[in-house]
Amino acid sequence: MYDFEYHRAASLDDAAGKLKSADDGTLVAGGMTLIPTLKLRLASPSDLIDISGLAELSGIKAEGDAVVVGAATIHAAVAASSDVRAKIPALADLAELIGDAQVRNRGTLGGSIANNDPTADYPAALLALGATIRTDHREIAADDYFEGLFETALDAGEIITQVAFPVPEKASYQKFPNPASRYALVGVFVAKGPSGVRVAVTGAGLDGVFRVTEMETALAENFSPDAIKDVSVSADGLNADIHAGADYRAHLIGVLARRAVADCT
Amino acid sequence: MTDTGIGAAVRRKEDHRFLTGRGTYTDDINRPGQTYAHILRSPHAHARIKSIDVSAAAKASGVVAVFTGADMAADGVGGLPCGWQIHSKDGSPMAEPAHPPLVTDKVCHVGDQVAVIIAESRTQAKDAAEKINVDYEELPAVIDMTAAIKDGSPLTHDDVAANICYDWHLGEKEPVDEGFAKAKHVAKIDIVNNRLIANAIEPRVAIGDYDPSSGEYTLYTTSQNPHVIRLLMGAFVLQIPEHKLRVVAPDVGGGFGSKIYHYAEEAILTWAAGKVKRPIKWTAERSESFISDCHGRDHVTHAELALDGDGKFLALRVSTLANMGAYLSTFAPCIPTYLHGTLLAGVYTTPAIYVEVKAVFTNTVPVDAYRGAGRPEASYLLERLVDRAAREMGLDPADIRRKNFIPADAFPYQTPVALQYDSGDYTATFDAAIKIADVDGFAARKAAAGKAGKLRGLGYSTYVEACGIAPSAVAGALGARAGLYESAEVRVHPTGSVTVFAGSHSHGQGHETTFAQLVSDSLGIPFENVDVVHGDTGKVQFGMGTYGSRSLAVGGEAIMKALGKVIDKATKIAAHVLETSEADIEFKDGQFTVAGTDKSMAFGDVALTAYVPHNFPHETLEPGLDESAFYDPANFTFPAGCHICEVEVDPETGVVEVIDFTAVDDVGRVINPMIVEGQVQGGVAQGIGQALLEECVYDESGQLVTGSYMDYTMPRASNLPNITVANETTLCAHNSLGVKGCGEVGAIGSPPAVINAVVDALSDFGVTDIAMPATPEKVWRAIQSAQAAG
Ligand SMILES: Cc1cc2nc3c(=O)[nH]c(=O)nc-3n(C[C@H](O)[C@H](O)[C@H](O)COP(=O)(O)OP(=O)(O)OC[C@H]3O[C@@H](n4cnc5c(N)ncnc54)[C@H](O)[C@@H]3O)c2cc1C
Repeated sequence: MYDFEYHRAASLDDAAGKLKSADDGTLVAGGMTLIPTLKLRLASPSDLIDISGLAELSGIKAEGDAVVVGAATIHAAVAASSDVRAKIPALADLAELIGDAQVRNRGTLGGSIANNDPTADYPAALLALGATIRTDHREIAADDYFEGLFETALDAGEIITQVAFPVPEKASYQKFPNPASRYALVGVFVAKGPSGVRVAVTGAGLDGVFRVTEMETALAENFSPDAIKDVSVSADGLNADIHAGADYRAHLIGVLARRAVADCT
Repeated sequence: MTDTGIGAAVRRKEDHRFLTGRGTYTDDINRPGQTYAHILRSPHAHARIKSIDVSAAAKASGVVAVFTGADMAADGVGGLPCGWQIHSKDGSPMAEPAHPPLVTDKVCHVGDQVAVIIAESRTQAKDAAEKINVDYEELPAVIDMTAAIKDGSPLTHDDVAANICYDWHLGEKEPVDEGFAKAKHVAKIDIVNNRLIANAIEPRVAIGDYDPSSGEYTLYTTSQNPHVIRLLMGAFVLQIPEHKLRVVAPDVGGGFGSKIYHYAEEAILTWAAGKVKRPIKWTAERSESFISDCHGRDHVTHAELALDGDGKFLALRVSTLANMGAYLSTFAPCIPTYLHGTLLAGVYTTPAIYVEVKAVFTNTVPVDAYRGAGRPEASYLLERLVDRAAREMGLDPADIRRKNFIPADAFPYQTPVALQYDSGDYTATFDAAIKIADVDGFAARKAAAGKAGKLRGLGYSTYVEACGIAPSAVAGALGARAGLYESAEVRVHPTGSVTVFAGSHSHGQGHETTFAQLVSDSLGIPFENVDVVHGDTGKVQFGMGTYGSRSLAVGGEAIMKALGKVIDKATKIAAHVLETSEADIEFKDGQFTVAGTDKSMAFGDVALTAYVPHNFPHETLEPGLDESAFYDPANFTFPAGCHICEVEVDPETGVVEVIDFTAVDDVGRVINPMIVEGQVQGGVAQGIGQALLEECVYDESGQLVTGSYMDYTMPRASNLPNITVANETTLCAHNSLGVKGCGEVGAIGSPPAVINAVVDALSDFGVTDIAMPATPEKVWRAIQSAQAAG
């Protein structure tokens, strides 16, 4: 990696200020995505501003009909949280399926959704649960947040502080891991909640996470695996690589969606 | 058997060191004044170098020196030698293109070495590398072997016509043709043995060091055979005589074959250390390992088996293309020939066999031995073909095997493809495996799986392999440019403790334990009193290294031979002290006793006397107790066995789960059953990796698509079943211990068992073939197309 200046932010304001005054600064939370990028010399930020310890970004709490998770919360904490387990077990399951123990003990929710890797798991949960992304400036609905491959609605210098997940009636996440990387080759999050039935797919789309509205409509009428057994997902717009062709991914979306519906709790 | 002798499951001496992080790996070594090297590598698969401008890099901060191929050539540095010469059918020697450590005029694969930057720190060396300006003229690359041998294909080397290294054959054609003429059934198969990357947990590392006062060079390197590196690099590449070149391979974190070879970086660092007169360290990054460690396997084969009406094999015909990659690595040419073609009889009485192998150059990383080396390719094609024949003829895959086994009373057994098997009992391993795997209960398990929506399959593999490499005379006659004996020294210290200096390097095999058990057993001394030293040409007299499951069958025998000399000498000393003749001395359980009396002397007392020889008759008895030996085996050894795999397939997703795996192997006498079990389990894990997960993929332009663990699938614990390991033993007939070898059997026997099980699971759909690795997508597609075909 190239040289950079390292700063530990004292507060959210301090982080925002340091980010602004740096030449070409970058936030670092768990570093699980950023550090490998630096090691491969694919980025050369002038400054790293570490937000991993900030009180404003940490903690998990129930807030009315939602579970609110601080942006700097590590995946392992979400997986282990009794609040998450009790209210949205599918979200805890998802966190448990991310990477390996080391990654889960460093990587954060904020880092994951700021990065918006098309094969990451969390985007499916945010979209299916109709979550709200809170930043140091505003609130963004998940529907408006994910804008394509590694693209989000965040402005330059904007810091994610929390994500509010409305508690669904039931939900399930089914992940088909990429055999090599264990990121999602296809991941389907099905939720029945305040914003109706939602089916969100990660891993498969050329533009990142997306919803399968045809399945949502069918499930709204009849929430059972059978209701979607004839909904075929088009391979158009799906990713193809050495691990899976677009048609296979399309097929898996159907299988996983049915399994998710069957598994919904 | 003592509790630490032959046959005891003694805990490994090396475990405390490894498990508590106290090992000393090459990267743990740092020399005073050390600098760091970065190798600038080709981003192109094939390109001519029009010019290289290193001037800016040479001036960059912290840079000590920058060298290119031109600098090495100007210094008279030679190319990397190939250790085995194959001759083609027409008698012509194989094509051996130049293999310079740093290229001079053209790069032949992504990762080829273009320049070395030596700096005060690793980062400075990498920074400076970005300042080197290489003007490449890209050339068309050839990646696919079938395309490479077609007319008009781009040439990897201008002087190698049609990219063919050699066109070799073995066996007699006419009897094979006759066998096919009489056949009632002919089974045919087209098989790809997928290219693999070894992925030892420790990446390769080298430190070059030069002492101007003595003129001595030292190379610390992650090698499976330091003496061979000294020989090849000293004699052929750098022209440094042995007494001025020391090669040290300390703890090595796994090799699996990929650390056998003499690599460019070793020569570059040793040579450059002499230039800059400071130590230089190079540590491969993982992504660098992917494009610079030799790859394994990569065969494309068509095979045909002729059978009579009862399923007896009449003849076998095999035609293989074997990828050599861009250059010939140290042992590459012998893998698809003498370690593959010669194994095609397998465990069967097939009377006539003919095999042709074309070795092909492509613009990819060189390919060489990887755990099993040629034998997994042979067992895979044979065992898939046998299963296919059984299915096509409506025979039980167990019955067709049993019918064709070489019977236990037929040894020594001469195959039609050069090898003479010395011992074995293939029915015994087969029966044991069938029992342990509970084949009788399979139908019920399949039915239960079916109720749960899963397809269950069972697959067999019965294999033999040739290891304990190798009798020098045979190897020499077949083109080896070295002898393949082993050496050992047993040094008894004055108080009776022992240091063994072994020519076999240990990098996961547990030699420090197994070899100490041999000593404990032979001399009747405690296991704790024995240490094993290996991996340093400055300490060990000679060694041919560790590969081809040879360490016990060849290296262990060298130790036994040296121990025999120690006992002879000690007997003489005891006879002298006890005032009797040597013939009257009996040696048992560490005691030298005058036969028929209670006069005796313990081994330790004899050792002490050897070093305190106050009244030795010096004309007939020398002081000291330190003996060495070289052992050259009489034949290969032939481990064999049966592996049975049971899988479940999820027909909706194509996911294959290995439910159960049984390996019953005949590895000859077992010295340490715990180590044997571990070796077999590790080999099976790699075999399951090859069968279901691992594949090295290049795109058409020669870029490595699977260049990291994001895309190259290593087996993980969750991919592996419980692996039951058992042994059925016949002794090797030509060595004193009766040992055969266990390091590779797991990787040789397992892939066909796994794939035969997957094909069995899918057979209800009419699927007859699935290529390795049987990924979920491939399995799903096989089901789809079988269903579409009706
Ligand atoms: C081996 C491995 C396996 C993995 N497997 C999976 C997997 O199966 N599924 C999966 O979903 N992910 C996986 N990941 C990714 C992992 O979840 C990462 O932790 C996550 O993507 C990034 O989180 P981080 O905290 O480490 O972010 P960092 O690497 O610290 O930062 C990533 C990016 O986000 C920005 N950022 C961080 N926090 C904020 C914030 N609060 N506001 C605005 N921007 C911010 C940073 O500036 C940077 O650009 C894996 C990673 C590794 C290394």
